[in-house]
Amino acid sequence: MFLSIDQVGKTFNGKGGDGFEVFSGIDLNIEENQFVSLLGPSGCGKSTLLSMVAGLEDVTTGSIRLEGEEIRKAGPDRGMVFQQPSLFPWLNVKENVLFPLKRHGSKKEAEERVDRFLQMVHLSRFKENYTHELSGGMQQRVAIARALAMDPKVLLMDEPFGALDEQTRHILHEELMKIWQETQKTILFVTHSIQEAIKLSDRVVVMGTRPGRIIADFAVDLPRPRKRDDERVIDLERKVMDLLEGEINKVLKEELHHEASY
Amino acid sequence: MKLAIKRIGFLVVVLGLWQLVYSLGVFEDIVFPSPIKVGVALYEGFADGDFIKALGASFRHLFMGLSLAILFGTVIGVLLGKSKQADETAGMYLIALQSIPSIVWVPLAIMLFGFSEFAVVFVVVLGGTFVMALNVRTAIYSVPPHLVRAARTMGTNGIPLFFRVEVPSSIPYFMTGLRLAWAFSWRALMAGELLSNGPGLGYSLRYAQDYARMDQVIAIIIIIGVIGAVVDQVVFSKLERNVRKRWGLLKS
Repeated sequence: MFLSIDQVGKTFNGKGGDGFEVFSGIDLNIEENQFVSLLGPSGCGKSTLLSMVAGLEDVTTGSIRLEGEEIRKAGPDRGMVFQQPSLFPWLNVKENVLFPLKRHGSKKEAEERVDRFLQMVHLSRFKENYTHELSGGMQQRVAIARALAMDPKVLLMDEPFGALDEQTRHILHEELMKIWQETQKTILFVTHSIQEAIKLSDRVVVMGTRPGRIIADFAVDLPRPRKRDDERVIDLERKVMDLLEGEINKVLKEELHHEASY
Repeated sequence: MKLAIKRIGFLVVVLGLWQLVYSLGVFEDIVFPSPIKVGVALYEGFADGDFIKALGASFRHLFMGLSLAILFGTVIGVLLGKSKQADETAGMYLIALQSIPSIVWVPLAIMLFGFSEFAVVFVVVLGGTFVMALNVRTAIYSVPPHLVRAARTMGTNGIPLFFRVEVPSSIPYFMTGLRLAWAFSWRALMAGELLSNGPGLGYSLRYAQDYARMDQVIAIIIIIGVIGAVVDQVVFSKLERNVRKRWGLLKS
């Protein structure tokens, strides 16, 4: 298997020695070139799981393997795009995309790669601009170009469009689809939006909370581009919604209970 | 343009009041010179080279002291910012040290190094180091964790991570540190020189006092104020503002 998450658990160490278990025993296998969404309510651990694949969080139990090799720390074989663009403000757009390519290969080669990926996200014109001169959507496109420029095996995306307005999000969905088809990258995409997951993915993995776990795994076998008003899309949305409703209520009830106990 | 008129107007009013108090003879001439007399003292001081010599000596002390303060402050700040152990051990004392007015160090410096120029530089170093260290520590603390995470996913760790992400990300705070270190050092310099055996602007000030030359005293105070304001505005504040703009921390 290309990316295999095998019996993975995560426990955060609490102050008094009692750990907080986010999830345990997560099993997930992802094939190469697939676009897989992790969908779930807040607190289900989907972002934590993604960070573990990135190597930014330690794995408490189990193992994560990429092409058979166990992941122990972060590395350029897994590109990540965060909810915040996380660009370096002291560098211009070009230098930001160049950042992971420094000291790898020739300068000319690196610059050609930068040009190629900036073209892919339609930002060639803004090469010399500083990142704070760009809109949120443009910044996120730079972040995508930067992650792709180092040619990772997997692209990890942690609610990358969560902070953008509706229109910008739609445009970026379409761009991402194009990029994905062009680069044939494996993408693991975390979101809490059912529409977004169904619109983009080959496969939607639905996670539940308290404890975090996988509650469903849908293959989305619909032709692209997918329209919002397509019967089959609406059908699938409803199915996922029903599944999640129970989970969301669970969170709400617990929070209300928590509140009441004060 | 309007701003310049306002500021010049204010200066004219102050000078007018000064002249008025002088003309009314509220104080004796010897303790309260007229603006014109102070102006003449300023002119003569520069014309015969006394002030220039004193300024040169002061800037030499300042340059040595401030350079060392920036160096020591940066090293201490990075150490405390990077090592939790070091910060827990010494961080609190740094705040205590930084709250000590620099003139307090003067007796210590004189006893250690006599009435030498080195004693003055010593006071300047102490004046600037702690505020620099505190700002560098803050600078290291304020590196956004999401930038560090992003860099790590691009395979940047350890020393390259420090130099390629943490250092450039700290520069706006570092600039604030520079400006404050300059301001503190400048004050410390005057305190140190005032009690030294010269040369230096502070020494000239005391010398003028000893000879009851109130016109020179006020002239030197004006020089100290003008230099303080000009260096801050023309060099450090400008530098800080430009950096903040470039880092996207300021609306342009």
